[in-house]
Amino acid sequence: MKKIWNSTPVRFLRSSPRLTIGICLVLVVLFMTLAAPLFTSYDPNFRSAGEYHSAPGGTHFLGTTQLGKDVWSQVLYGGQKSLMVGILAGALTIILSMFFGISSGYIGGAYDSIVSTLTNVLMVIPNIVLLLIVSSMVDGGVSPLVICLIIGLTSWPWNARVLRAQTMSIRNREFVYSAETLGESKIRILFVEIMPNMLSMITSAFVGTMIYAIMAHATLEFIGFGDPLSVTWGTMLYNAQNTGALQSGIWWEIIGPVMGLVMLGTGLTLINFSIDEISNPKLRAQRIMRDYYKAKKRQQRKVGKAV
Amino acid sequence: MSEQRKKVLEVKNVVMDFDVNGKGFFSKGHKLRALNDISFELYQGEALAVVGESGCGKSTICRTAMRFYKPTYGEILHEGKNIHKLKGEGLKYYRQKVQMIFQDPFSSLNPLHNIYYHLKRPLQLYHPCSKAEMKEKMDEYLTMVGLVPPEEQGNKNPHQLSGGQRQRAYLARILAVGAEVILADEPTSMLDVSIRLGVLNLMNRLKTEYGKSFLYITHDIATARYFADRIIVLYAGHMVEWGEVNEVVLHPRHPYTKLLLAAAPDPEREGEVELPVVRSQETEITMWTPESKGCPFANRCPHATSRCHEEMPSVHKVSENQFIRCFHTEKENANESRTKL
Repeated sequence: MKKIWNSTPVRFLRSSPRLTIGICLVLVVLFMTLAAPLFTSYDPNFRSAGEYHSAPGGTHFLGTTQLGKDVWSQVLYGGQKSLMVGILAGALTIILSMFFGISSGYIGGAYDSIVSTLTNVLMVIPNIVLLLIVSSMVDGGVSPLVICLIIGLTSWPWNARVLRAQTMSIRNREFVYSAETLGESKIRILFVEIMPNMLSMITSAFVGTMIYAIMAHATLEFIGFGDPLSVTWGTMLYNAQNTGALQSGIWWEIIGPVMGLVMLGTGLTLINFSIDEISNPKLRAQRIMRDYYKAKKRQQRKVGKAV
Repeated sequence: MSEQRKKVLEVKNVVMDFDVNGKGFFSKGHKLRALNDISFELYQGEALAVVGESGCGKSTICRTAMRFYKPTYGEILHEGKNIHKLKGEGLKYYRQKVQMIFQDPFSSLNPLHNIYYHLKRPLQLYHPCSKAEMKEKMDEYLTMVGLVPPEEQGNKNPHQLSGGQRQRAYLARILAVGAEVILADEPTSMLDVSIRLGVLNLMNRLKTEYGKSFLYITHDIATARYFADRIIVLYAGHMVEWGEVNEVVLHPRHPYTKLLLAAAPDPEREGEVELPVVRSQETEITMWTPESKGCPFANRCPHATSRCHEEMPSVHKVSENQFIRCFHTEKENANESRTKL
């Protein structure tokens, strides 16, 4: 036990409470949603006859909706979709921005001008408005998959710009020239020499987009652009709003999805902070100095006691 | 003496023009001539120093030879072949034989990979062998450059090494490639003075014991004299004086070489130095364009006559192994240099 407590990864987690809390929050949400059948025996769309807006407790852990559906099981199963949208949209965004950003930064020239112009044009279009327009054109509400496609295709330009700038600065470092004179292939230079130098940036961009995608997804569905029949945190809030849950004091319909979104968002944001800290030595130095002063104070106290 | 030795690199009348584009849409770009009529040969086991001030084209020579730029006119030959026309196997052979050391040891090694990785890649590319053999070879190269114990140093990441150690690690990488010609672009200028000599001695050993040829680019004429056999003094992309290093350093004949030597700090000298240069032009860097005429040094030269501003001086052989490009070959210059040194 002591061995695990003092091992490198655990020591690292101990020294960075932010990361630990973030990982715990995300792990809890992941476990609860992905292993939903373990925690509930209800189908999220099953309507219990006669139990409309029944309060938490008894057979329904978080009560039921106006239609008699079990809220707890909806929270768990709905989380799966929200997570999936987040991960897929994040992955799509990061792949697109990596492709356009790194290639235009490395190749430069006319290709770079064309891609940069395209990126800038896309960046000028306000994201959420574009999302609204596209979703309003789809009849009968958009499915989570389409939302994730829309988010992925519209939010890559910002990250692409950041990666392009970073690639350009790394591209002129001498180790890249050194690899060129050694006769390394272009692909190898890009993916073994240049890209690993921005891994922290790519990861943090991925996590950042994930947060954005989950929130944008919930927002779109909450204002009624989603498919009302699919069970997600956004549609749950939409339905709760439509049936006047808050006005009539039905708090249990709202607490589930809200807690889910808050936990996931907070957890991912905390993880993002720690990635920042790992990749930015200045922030890390601050933490090390903080620990140093703490240890010093402790020692002084010890000496004081001895005297 | 150089007749019997193998010629490893031959630079023939290289001219390098760069386009300097105007910032605005309507402003016209112009051409900058970074190198003008550069010719020299590099023999096996020899170190040739190229000295000159910032922006005189020293690094451009190196980068042109490394194929980063293609010369506007002229050619660079390696074993009789034009290096800018190489392809496939020929190019691979050239890359194996000719390698470059960069100025900044803090960025010439990828911060993410350890020293073993930097030695492993050239071996994998040029000398494929089994893992155990590779390890043995890598340790041998690390020992050769003085990074001992190799086991410990090889597993370090670049940021754990000092500047001198990194430059040594980079030399080990070049040895691993098996390069015979090493283009050293100011390899010691970013190093501490105390470490500089160690790296220079290492290069010296590679030259004498392993027969490597060096093109040693520097702005430090003292290290050039210490390390090199021959020297080229470059000014605004022109070779103004070249020859045996001792001849040139002890008996400089070109006014610019004298200026360079006078500007080198000397610990025994006290007070401010009177530089042999036209004062008003002292800070101006000559920008050479294809349209420029006359001697490049004319506007800073204390001996300049009207002829110097009109006509490019031709090459004069001033002694057995010393050449200058200047009209004022005899008399006044020779006496002056004796008194100074």
